[in-house]
Amino acid sequence: MTERPYVEVNDLRRVFDVSKPWLNRVLEGGERQFLKAVDGVTFDIKKGETFALVGESGSGKSTVARMVVGLLPPTTGEVIIDGVSMSSRAASGDRQRLRRRIQMIFQDPYASLNPRWQVDRIVAEPIRAFRLIEGERDIAARVAELLTFVGLHPADGKKYPHEFSGGQRQRIAIARALASNAEFIVCDEPTSALDVSVQAQILNLMRDLQDRLGLTYLFISHNLAVVRHMASRIGVMYLGRIVEISDGRELFSHPKHPYTRMLLDAVPDVGMTGRQRIPVSGEIPNPINPPSGCTFNPRCPLANQRCVAEIPALFGGVACHAVHEGRANAHAA
Amino acid sequence: MSVTQPVLSVRDLRVEFVTRRGVLKAIDGISFDIGKGEVLGVVGESGAGKSVTGSAVIGLIDPPGRIAGGEILLSGMRIDNLPPEEMRKIRGKRIGMIFQDPLTSLNPLYRVSEQLVETIRTHTNLAAGAARKRAIDLLAEVGIPAPDRRIDSYPHEFSGGMRQRVVIALALCAEPELIIADEPTTALDVSVQAQIISLLKRLGREHGTAIMLVTHDMGVIAETADRVAVMYAGRIAEIGPVRDVVKNPLHPYAKGLMGAIPSLENDTDRLVQIPGSMPRLSAIPPGCPFNPRCPFVFDRCRIERPEPVQHSQHRVACHLYDQSPVRSEAVA
Amino acid sequence: MTDMIQATPSAPAEPSSWFGRFLDSDVWASFKRSKLTMAAAFLTVLFLAAAVSAGFLAPQDPFDPAQLDLLNSRLPPLWDAEGQSPFVFGTDEQGRDIFSAILYGLRISLAVGFLGVAFSATLGITLGLLAGYFGGTVDAIIMRVADVQLTFPAILIALLVDGVVKSVLGGQLDAATTLAVLVFSIGLSFWVQYARTVRGSVMVEKNKDYIAAARLIGLPAPVIMFRHVLPNVLGPVLVIATINLALAIITEATLSFLGTGMPETMPSLGTLIRIGNNYLFSGEWWIVAFPGVALALLVLSINLLGDWLRDALNPRLR
Repeated sequence: MTERPYVEVNDLRRVFDVSKPWLNRVLEGGERQFLKAVDGVTFDIKKGETFALVGESGSGKSTVARMVVGLLPPTTGEVIIDGVSMSSRAASGDRQRLRRRIQMIFQDPYASLNPRWQVDRIVAEPIRAFRLIEGERDIAARVAELLTFVGLHPADGKKYPHEFSGGQRQRIAIARALASNAEFIVCDEPTSALDVSVQAQILNLMRDLQDRLGLTYLFISHNLAVVRHMASRIGVMYLGRIVEISDGRELFSHPKHPYTRMLLDAVPDVGMTGRQRIPVSGEIPNPINPPSGCTFNPRCPLANQRCVAEIPALFGGVACHAVHEGRANAHAA
Repeated sequence: MSVTQPVLSVRDLRVEFVTRRGVLKAIDGISFDIGKGEVLGVVGESGAGKSVTGSAVIGLIDPPGRIAGGEILLSGMRIDNLPPEEMRKIRGKRIGMIFQDPLTSLNPLYRVSEQLVETIRTHTNLAAGAARKRAIDLLAEVGIPAPDRRIDSYPHEFSGGMRQRVVIALALCAEPELIIADEPTTALDVSVQAQIISLLKRLGREHGTAIMLVTHDMGVIAETADRVAVMYAGRIAEIGPVRDVVKNPLHPYAKGLMGAIPSLENDTDRLVQIPGSMPRLSAIPPGCPFNPRCPFVFDRCRIERPEPVQHSQHRVACHLYDQSPVRSEAVA
Repeated sequence: MTDMIQATPSAPAEPSSWFGRFLDSDVWASFKRSKLTMAAAFLTVLFLAAAVSAGFLAPQDPFDPAQLDLLNSRLPPLWDAEGQSPFVFGTDEQGRDIFSAILYGLRISLAVGFLGVAFSATLGITLGLLAGYFGGTVDAIIMRVADVQLTFPAILIALLVDGVVKSVLGGQLDAATTLAVLVFSIGLSFWVQYARTVRGSVMVEKNKDYIAAARLIGLPAPVIMFRHVLPNVLGPVLVIATINLALAIITEATLSFLGTGMPETMPSLGTLIRIGNNYLFSGEWWIVAFPGVALALLVLSINLLGDWLRDALNPRLR
């Protein structure tokens, strides 16, 4: 356990200014408004591991993903990948070299491929940008190899993205991510736009690639079953914070945080096992004006005065006063 | 109960889209019934024709689409050939509708009260005061807290889940015999989805309304439906009681579909994977449309279209379960 | 190698040519469906061909004073009893053949139109890309300038530019300078529409994930703008350019009609109409009528093409 984690995310925060334009504020009165999309998120990922962030809309999981790959600068906090900080203080040469090793797979395979480009040009772009291979003939050979690798035909390279189905496009996006020999791939809801049978193909492909290439994944999803299938460790997010973080199997067999339990109970029972479930109540509050203390307190069956007043710290993998005080066990099924 | 007539009866329905590349068969001969108080789940992947089926029942197939054959009966009355004006009266009064995006059903410029009262008064002969009281009762019934205050809000003042509840109240206004719900929970978060599912289930039971629930989510079907129809390439591959179909699917496509869903309970290293994807409407293979992806395919599947056959509780369109002799022209 | 990762059976591509794909496209299909569009396209091509080959088709060079003979002045069209060969559409007061003048005038009108559109499109697309991609202060400055620009009508800007250039260079301008002034003033009047459209499209496109993917591999902003964003916002630009071509031709004709455009020694269609206007009441109708009809037909067919293009490239309207 002395080995340094491959990805370290330290106290990441991101605040968005969602105020009306200045002139409207002056004329209509009204204050500046800020949205804390991510509020102090810390986790790390070991090499070759799949870490998942799961949460409903507004939980900030996609914002975390964008900060980890460097598409969005964090307000405070730091992302360190393989010992190199992604913040601007680090030497730019180190970061440029790091960038080659980090790639991302996006949710909507219809928006993540340039519609005017042929597939082989799309897949070759990272190779050209990082000058990994010189010579058109060698690049073409590498692109053909990558397309075969993800289950497409090399001749598919001459087609345009609109000629493919959603699942095939996601394969193209995966080929592009692999083109720069990436080691760490952030997957932001990679299968939520796909049909179930196609989702199974893509999830299987991603696991095969991980086994063969030793990839490290940060997997973002709202689908608990998909997360359970893919991840070895899981962080559950609610309104910008991680409320529970634990080993995958443990999270599903012994959920601790009341929100995690509620989320698990809400998932439809496909297997029709008839498991006992507590009905879910309430909705996610407006993140611009979140509840005080623990943001889950208005929906929580265990909430008391302390939960309204004090933000619980993540301790022992759970951020919940009731769990820390031992009040939750009586409730556990 | 004596011999009861189904609320909705669809017989050999065909829907076509005429394009410049030829006629595309979006729905190719499907038949099913929904009884009083029954929830029929219609499940399938994109392009299977499940939403088109819903649109056909409510008479909202727009050109270049057209109903090319078959019958749709609402409590024994044929509705597929009604003039648009007649059909408009049936929609809302006898058939309620719930869509994926609640904002398509609600007018953003009017208060919820105005929309509910107007709908109630169009379809019943209640006075304004009584209609408002009924609207408040309906909002209470779909679980909107403090309905007497919330009723005068605008749609955008509700959260997504609450909005979908308002739409359900709107669909219930005229006490319809049938509700078509097209992906009613797809835009919602898991925790809200669970609430809407149990609401739909309860309302169907209490009002005796027949519900046709169209969704891609097998989990929602398993939670809500009494029977399920699995659609593939414009046809029904398998239809039967939901428990049987989920636990013991017969059609190879239904089997693959069930295995492809990651489970919360079981550990699997690899998900069952059906190779390929649903054919485009312009390239549906002859014979059984699933034959190029089917692991059990044999010669007959490539030539002869399988007709639905009864097999225990299910009806399944697959030659594996067809005991009838092979048709001579198929062999020739 | 691939048996482990089960392949989706995707048919090997039949490498179709660019032209083959075009013939199979919806745009081409909608073109073939509309008789009116085909007629408009035919007329536009005819006008373009006539303008290009004016040197071969015209019986006389109307810009060459040595070829003009005052004895031939104000002759009626050929089918009139007093008409003379080879003056099909008659002649003006200087003995200039109207048919030849139309062909050469068409050339000037189209040249001003195309150059004006090219200038305004380049200016507008560049500014729109910058405003949309960078946003913030850059966006605010460019769009406020655009707003101010819009408060001046095109004619006013053209008159202004013309006046300034004349006062700087002094007195009458030669034909080439006049042409440059026309192109510049038309370009300056029409760039706003391109800038606004491009800015809007860029703001949509830049939030799509293919741009995020390009940023992820560290491509600099200009490369992303021109390689990724630009090709995806050109559809609407093509529509505006077509409609603006007609507008530019009309503007040029208006300016020439008002006397600030092409001189009488090198007339465009607008100049011809102005000349003919003087003789309208003395019965020499043909001097104004034929250039007028030519201008109307040209502008109409280009406009029809533009309308069709707008509908064909925007499937939501169909």
